[in-house]
Amino acid sequence: MPEKKRSKYIIIPCSGIGKALGTITRRTTYIVTEELLPNDTDSICLPLLTIKDEETVRKIRQNLCITVDGCVAQCAKKNVEHHQGKLKGSIKILDVIKENPKLKPGTVLDIGPDGEKLARKAAEKIVKIVGDKS
Amino acid sequence: MKIKPKIGLISCSGEGLPEGMISRVGTRRILEERDDVVTICLPLFLAGGQEERDFAKNNPCITVDGCRKMCAAKSVKMYGKVHPKSSIVISDIIEKNKDEKPKSKSKIEPDDEKLVQDTMKIITKEIGKVKEEKE
Repeated sequence: MPEKKRSKYIIIPCSGIGKALGTITRRTTYIVTEELLPNDTDSICLPLLTIKDEETVRKIRQNLCITVDGCVAQCAKKNVEHHQGKLKGSIKILDVIKENPKLKPGTVLDIGPDGEKLARKAAEKIVKIVGDKS
Repeated sequence: MKIKPKIGLISCSGEGLPEGMISRVGTRRILEERDDVVTICLPLFLAGGQEERDFAKNNPCITVDGCRKMCAAKSVKMYGKVHPKSSIVISDIIEKNKDEKPKSKSKIEPDDEKLVQDTMKIITKEIGKVKEEKE
């Protein structure tokens, strides 16, 4: 009998290039997919959704998705919603900053130690969403 | 006084491949060095409004893609209804210059620096060509 392929949570950062917050979304995603939950999560290139790549659209419809956005434009969330992906949760780095006002992110190219802390806090939120089976 | 449009520099910043990190860092460094280029976050083409979709119409664009799927170049065509003035692909640079393939998706390793520098040189050259064409 063929083994059924286990579905994974797809973590999708906006990766915005204009602000440090975009880099934090990216770092958050790698913390989750490479360190904290490598067996339960995966990621995709968001630009593939923007160009309506069929395989990528199929992937977000077949797996639960968690988006990580830097700013209010919420590009990752909107791209997933546009393609009727299974959105399980969405994180905004702006909210994480509001909850941790003493942490000041660095720059786009170097988010700095506070940016790293913000990414870890956002990653914890994702771990919680993945753990929530409801 | 007519305001001259700037050159749009659009990186794929693809999260899934190390080449996406190179496109992102190479593009961002150029943006920080020069004042004649502007950018847009690529997913805003879909998530944004008409103003974002018109970005490529209003600014001649150079795209910097990690792989041959060329999401940035395709986005310009799909949403801006124009062709990019120039399309740079990191995997092509690696092949042409016999650069070391990047290994990390999440950071630039010291071994990747030559590839980033090669990418920046090509972007700078293409900006020069687009400016010459405009004048």
